[in-house]
Amino acid sequence: MHGRVKVKTTAQQEEEKRKEREKKLKIYVAARDACFSKRKEGVCDDEALQLTQQLLSSNPDFATLWNYRREILMHLETVKDRDEMQNIYEAELSFLEACLKVNPKSYGSWHHRGWVSARLPRPDWARELSLCDRCLSLDDRNFHCWDYRRMVVKVSGVPVDQELEFSDRLIGSNFSNYSSWHYRSTLLPLLHPQTPEAGQEPPHASSPRGPQSHRVCEEQLLKEYELVQNAFFTDPNDQSAWFYYRWLLGRAEREETVSCVYVSREDERVAVAFSRPVNICDLPPGTINDVANEHNLTVHWTGSHTHRDCALYTGRVESWCRDTATDQELFRSELSVEKTSVLQSELQSVKQLQELEPLNKWCLLTIILLMRALDPLGYEKETLAHFQTLKQVDSMRSEYYSDLCSKFMIENTILKMEYAEVRVFSITDRNLTSLCHLDQLLLVTHINLSSNRLQRLPPQFAMLQCLEVLEADNNFLENLEGVYHLPRLQEVSLKNNSILSCRCSFRAQISVSSGTPVLGIGSFCDLCSYLAAYK
Amino acid sequence: MAAEDLPSEFDVVILGTGTVHLSFLSGDNFLFHLRRSYYAANWASFTFNALLTWIQEQQVSSCLWASTPQVSPQSHLCVLIGGASARARQGLAEEESAEAEEESAEAEEESAEAEEESAEAEEESAEAEEESAEAEEESAEAEEESAEAEEKSAEAEEEKKINYAQLVKEGRRFNIDLVSKLLFSRGSLVDLLIRSNVSRYTEFKNVTRILTYHHGNLQQVPCSRADVFASRQLSVVEKRKLMRFLTSCIEETEMDQAYSNQPYSKYLQDQQLGENLQHFLLHSIAMVTEDTPTEAGLASTRHFLRSLGRYGNSPFLFPVYGLGEIPQCFCRMSAVFGGIYCLRHSVCCLIVDRDANRCKAVIDSRGQRISCSHFVVEDGYLEALGCLFVCRLLSRAILITDSSVLPSDSEQQVSMVTIPPGEVCQSAVKMVELCSSTMTCMPGTYLVHLTCQSVGSAFEDLSQLVTKMFQTPESQEPGTTIDPRRPTVLWSLYFNMADGSVPGVEGQGLPSNVHVCSGPEGSLDHEHSIKQAELIFQRILPDEEFCPPAPNPEDIIYDGESPTPSAEEDSVKEAGQQEESGGDLNIRYTTV
Repeated sequence: MHGRVKVKTTAQQEEEKRKEREKKLKIYVAARDACFSKRKEGVCDDEALQLTQQLLSSNPDFATLWNYRREILMHLETVKDRDEMQNIYEAELSFLEACLKVNPKSYGSWHHRGWVSARLPRPDWARELSLCDRCLSLDDRNFHCWDYRRMVVKVSGVPVDQELEFSDRLIGSNFSNYSSWHYRSTLLPLLHPQTPEAGQEPPHASSPRGPQSHRVCEEQLLKEYELVQNAFFTDPNDQSAWFYYRWLLGRAEREETVSCVYVSREDERVAVAFSRPVNICDLPPGTINDVANEHNLTVHWTGSHTHRDCALYTGRVESWCRDTATDQELFRSELSVEKTSVLQSELQSVKQLQELEPLNKWCLLTIILLMRALDPLGYEKETLAHFQTLKQVDSMRSEYYSDLCSKFMIENTILKMEYAEVRVFSITDRNLTSLCHLDQLLLVTHINLSSNRLQRLPPQFAMLQCLEVLEADNNFLENLEGVYHLPRLQEVSLKNNSILSCRCSFRAQISVSSGTPVLGIGSFCDLCSYLAAYK
Repeated sequence: MAAEDLPSEFDVVILGTGTVHLSFLSGDNFLFHLRRSYYAANWASFTFNALLTWIQEQQVSSCLWASTPQVSPQSHLCVLIGGASARARQGLAEEESAEAEEESAEAEEESAEAEEESAEAEEESAEAEEESAEAEEESAEAEEESAEAEEKSAEAEEEKKINYAQLVKEGRRFNIDLVSKLLFSRGSLVDLLIRSNVSRYTEFKNVTRILTYHHGNLQQVPCSRADVFASRQLSVVEKRKLMRFLTSCIEETEMDQAYSNQPYSKYLQDQQLGENLQHFLLHSIAMVTEDTPTEAGLASTRHFLRSLGRYGNSPFLFPVYGLGEIPQCFCRMSAVFGGIYCLRHSVCCLIVDRDANRCKAVIDSRGQRISCSHFVVEDGYLEALGCLFVCRLLSRAILITDSSVLPSDSEQQVSMVTIPPGEVCQSAVKMVELCSSTMTCMPGTYLVHLTCQSVGSAFEDLSQLVTKMFQTPESQEPGTTIDPRRPTVLWSLYFNMADGSVPGVEGQGLPSNVHVCSGPEGSLDHEHSIKQAELIFQRILPDEEFCPPAPNPEDIIYDGESPTPSAEEDSVKEAGQQEESGGDLNIRYTTV
């Protein structure tokens, strides 16, 4: 065969490439050194601009050079007029586009672009937006671009509805994108805020609603439910849509309230439960030292301008005033009647999906959450069954599900306790792995946590200021730090646990195991040494 | 090259430049003969004006040849021209068609003669007679499309935005293909383009949507994840079912053996998908018929799905400037490495060594003897030589319309439309609607290709569908109500062409080193052609790689030259002559 094309061998090509690289490196190092020495001498000339441009166009992640470049540009601002600067900055933007092509996720390039855009005498924001669009069409999860875009939108005042359309478009092309869904969740409350009368006003309206509510009006909510359902029916394994769905189903942030004030004459104590952590002041001395008189207490939460009154009448040893979990619908969404029917239909849809995808974890979890929002006690049995399935299909997160299930079981028990109007909290043989909502148990005198899988009684256990009897047999308790500060505790039963260390002294009747001596009230003991001796 | 004498020795002589031919690329010594003034034979793209000339040629040649019954019994060339300005032409064309009928009798006789002559020519395999050469040329030109011309008048419509004169005036700017095909993003042609580096000469548009005709309506077929998500016609449960079916298809789970002898339609029925989804899957995604076996149906579904998302939201690509670009790109690459092309040039006879049953040389139409080791020819030419009869035909229609069949936000949609058999036409019709950014029609218009297996003539097969989906002179008859949103047909062309999928003519007494490849067939993809090209290539060069990557210009060594960059560039120009751009140019695509 004649006329064949002769081609270089791979070895030849390799060698050439190596030489090429060597040559490039030499040039690069020389230019870098030149830049550094110029900067040291404080030179801000065109040559420095060119040198940094050469270097940055091959390596746009060289932060020092971007800084140098900004120094030069700021110097030029002092010597050139507005139009000249406009041209220089426009050239800078084109140069930056080239850099972004080299590395679309270069921190330096995006930051510099933001800096230049902000200093440009006559900025062209439309051009910046279209740059972002192009960039996001290539990689819709480029968070640098998302950040820059948000800046452009903010500065140029793009209307919110246009931005919502933008989010429609992005979700339409690929709904597996947290950025798009999240952006949506920030836009909707601005564009379609919840009308005040639709939201059930909390009992104490004394606290003004925050300037921006995070809720969305019901009409728009329905549309969003539909949109997001399309996403999770199309791909139930994609979690971004499920997270957005949970945001939609979620309720407002808890009101800042003083949820409970408890006064005890005997102990000269006042216990106050707040809806979130606070710094407290000391009880003014002599507040309730009077044995017989009536006391009217008012607790003011200065941070949130709320307060709660509590009266201790003559002859009473204790008194309290509180919101119950039931009143606050604490463990449910804040729902109007219509919304309940909406949630009911949402539950139907997700159940429909579950029939098609019985082992999908997101679907199961969402069913559980919807059932909680609708009727936590009524759906208790089904909820527990779903938790069982969840732990099997997603065994990697079985402990998470156990904790979540514990939380729901505790919530249900609180509700039951409140309906029964008792101060006894009993939750046994429920596989509890963690304790929560302890602030709701301020008034509880008897607690029974036996036969669960608890490993600790956390420090927050100290919130049970009225607790007299603690039963926690048959658990895996290793330490008891939560029982250190319980002033009224009289009886503790911790049979069949695995307590390793405890360094506390308290007066209580402790029965660790059957057949062990019972410590009488008032006898102080070092439990740790006691246990050590017992072992 | 036509004016000069050609070298008298080649490794391979190739007559015609269809897509099949052009996949030959190695450094061999090729001579391509093109008997026409354009590349790619039936694969050709024409400018609008060239297409009009082609139509005239077909009409003229049909007067001479094409009424020969055994060549194309049902051919039907029908040009419909809309707009008032077409009137003058119309009169002329009608005259022509009258002549055509008169002359058809003569034509038959002549064609018989020509066949005899050409047969002799081959047998004698010696001297080239000028006459027979001419006859051959003419007979080949007659080929398959052709036949009695029939022009239908269009009612003059006023206030038409684009008229015929504008189409003619702008005609140079866009290319119209004779065949209508698409490229699967993971089909063998795309692989070949990338592997061979021919892709550096190509540019593509994505097909942006898949449509189907269902219950008398056009619907968008949701096939990608984003489509399914956005679809407004599917319920959420349908969405889940469809996605689950598609996902399980891709995973290539073992097919249920119970369906090994059952049709795909039955399999789909049993998946509890609902009528809508079954329609989408059978006709638009698998693109098979009711009786296709399950295994084949699943395979085509998978092929479709694998191509999805590689370059965009549909599995198909369409070359900018039309399909005729692809053979030309291969030509360009081949020319860079020494292939010689000769337009308006033909082979008039072969010199055959009977004992060895090999073709030793060809005599070209100017009487030059060219030795060759192999001779590749498209069956169309053989047909003209009387060695082959076309038994299956495709019905084609090309329309220029003023709006899209399914208007949307974007005017630049490229749509693939499937019309299942029995919906309007007897056979399944594939329709491709191209927008102006594909450079196949002028801005403000759409180019619509319709293809189906022939039952009757192209006009009989397709006009009913066209009348139904578009506004044509027929659909404007009194008494019929027309949906004003329907696009208006500005110009239309109906013709039949041979279906190249008919088994080849191997072993029909041809010399062993004469290789025949078929013309374009009716399928949507290029699999058949590529497979054929590879087969022929391997017969000619059993030890060579088919379409190896073309080396980058900088890696080529030129004898006696130092490898300095500037010298290299120059020498590339010398060697390449036509080479336009070097470097790595992958498939580029733009979205709407």
